[in-house]
Amino acid sequence: MTLSSTRDRTVVESAPAGLDLARLRSEFPILRTRVHGKPLVYLDNAATSQKPRTVVEAEADFSLLENANVHRGVHALSQRATAAYDRAREEVRTFLGASHASEIVFTAGTTAAINLVAQSYARPRLRSGDEILLTGMEHHSNIVPWQLVAQATGARIRVIPVTGSGELDLAGLNEVLTERTRLVALAHVSNVLGTVNPVRQIADRAHAVGATVLVDGAQAVPHIRVDLEALGADFYAASGHKMFGPTGIGFLYGRAALLDAMPPWQGGGGMIQNVTFEETTYAPVPAKFEAGTPPIAQAIGLGAAVRWLRSLDWSAVEAHEADLLAYATERLADVPGVRLIGTATEKVSMVSFVVDRVHPHDVGTVLDLQGIAVRASHHCAQPLMRHFGVAGTVRASFAAYNTRAEVNALIDGLLEVRKVFA
Amino acid sequence: MPDASELYQSVILDHNRAPRNYRPMEGADRQAEGYNPMCGDQLKVWLKLDGDRIADVSFQGSGCAISKASASLMTTAVKGKTRAEAQRVFESFHRMVTGQGGPTDDMPARLAVFAGVRAFPTRVKCATLSWHALKSALETPDPAK
Repeated sequence: MTLSSTRDRTVVESAPAGLDLARLRSEFPILRTRVHGKPLVYLDNAATSQKPRTVVEAEADFSLLENANVHRGVHALSQRATAAYDRAREEVRTFLGASHASEIVFTAGTTAAINLVAQSYARPRLRSGDEILLTGMEHHSNIVPWQLVAQATGARIRVIPVTGSGELDLAGLNEVLTERTRLVALAHVSNVLGTVNPVRQIADRAHAVGATVLVDGAQAVPHIRVDLEALGADFYAASGHKMFGPTGIGFLYGRAALLDAMPPWQGGGGMIQNVTFEETTYAPVPAKFEAGTPPIAQAIGLGAAVRWLRSLDWSAVEAHEADLLAYATERLADVPGVRLIGTATEKVSMVSFVVDRVHPHDVGTVLDLQGIAVRASHHCAQPLMRHFGVAGTVRASFAAYNTRAEVNALIDGLLEVRKVFA
Repeated sequence: MPDASELYQSVILDHNRAPRNYRPMEGADRQAEGYNPMCGDQLKVWLKLDGDRIADVSFQGSGCAISKASASLMTTAVKGKTRAEAQRVFESFHRMVTGQGGPTDDMPARLAVFAGVRAFPTRVKCATLSWHALKSALETPDPAK
């Protein structure tokens, strides 16, 4: 535990004013765990973030004390569950700055949200000759759903290229964003590079040609205070488990007019108004897109996560995360053979890199043995890996609860990697 | 608690740095590819057969130290063996890396450097990728031949 206490001390020293890191960390019991006999250094937050006690308790309290189905029963418990479920939706609405709670559809996650738009919005509308514009840094979950639409409709997929530093190359945007573009789907923040994309600029150009804009916000929501109004997104998708909430829950924001005009994707209970064998009329949004019993406890957990996020001092969080990014970038430059992938001007706190002559998985394993959790893979972004000419990268992704001491542990771990593979 | 040196033994590091039989093969009788979609590791194995015997074997590809060293050591372990002998080596190797028992006499002793893999379940596929490709090459006749 000596090492832990050293880390805790450093935490307090390096925390910017306004952010009590020791207290913040105490809300995440998992951060005190040990792996391979070493204190856990959790730097895989972009894969899934840890959950504060309040989120887990909200889920558990619901399941243990208030569990009932929503929108079904006349009994008190069901009404309480319905109210709690609706409150969670309202939390997400407030968090995003959406106008109406009915613009928030609960989904299983970002992937399900994107597929919903692909199948319900794009597929019935697109025709041969239409184009879907993606970017070269998309996660597979923002590529494959559009390929399915393209195959079904004859639409064509075009791509905004990525520069060497990992930013979108907008120089040739007019060539790929044209009158034929019906939909633009892009990441708010790259899951590999951490690049924050200029969504507003692209959305304005897209809207000028009459295209609709979907933003994959999975990697943005834990780091950035999202303001839908300022962003100009028509659809915005994210996952609970990457924003300190539960797995199995996420959301799709959609402009009311767009959601209203979309046919349901999945049919079932809860999404209807009236059913006969001849005809069914559908419930209004968002229920129209939430067939079947939803993940109620998870939605309540997500509501708690959003409440928790909103309780943070965001200027302090942003300053702390910017400090972690700058410090990690600076320290990595001193490790021989380490090359950063993604050096955009606007980044959230993650670093992707390769180590000369050492495969990312071997880096990941040697770090793991020192208690350091990173992601080593193609990050479900194979086209981007090809762009950078690498099979994969090592990604250390930070959350608000990470510390400079943990960056130091990463650097020490990488020096050990160099030693093993000397 | 496992440590890095148990997994990355010097023989493995050596074969990773300088893999043996690392070349495409002209006029191969058989070939097969191994691909792990989870990590993107891919390699190709070529075989020349002399009746039932593996007269020559080579490989090429990209992957982690474990998969590359395993492929390299595999080529040195099965060259000159009959199909049945190679199959028995694989079975013994597989049992060892999956922790289902110690290696048998069928397995050349130098392959024991991979025994540490059993403590790393996610790396078992790396160690066996080339072996699965070899098996597939042995079982699938080349349609061109």
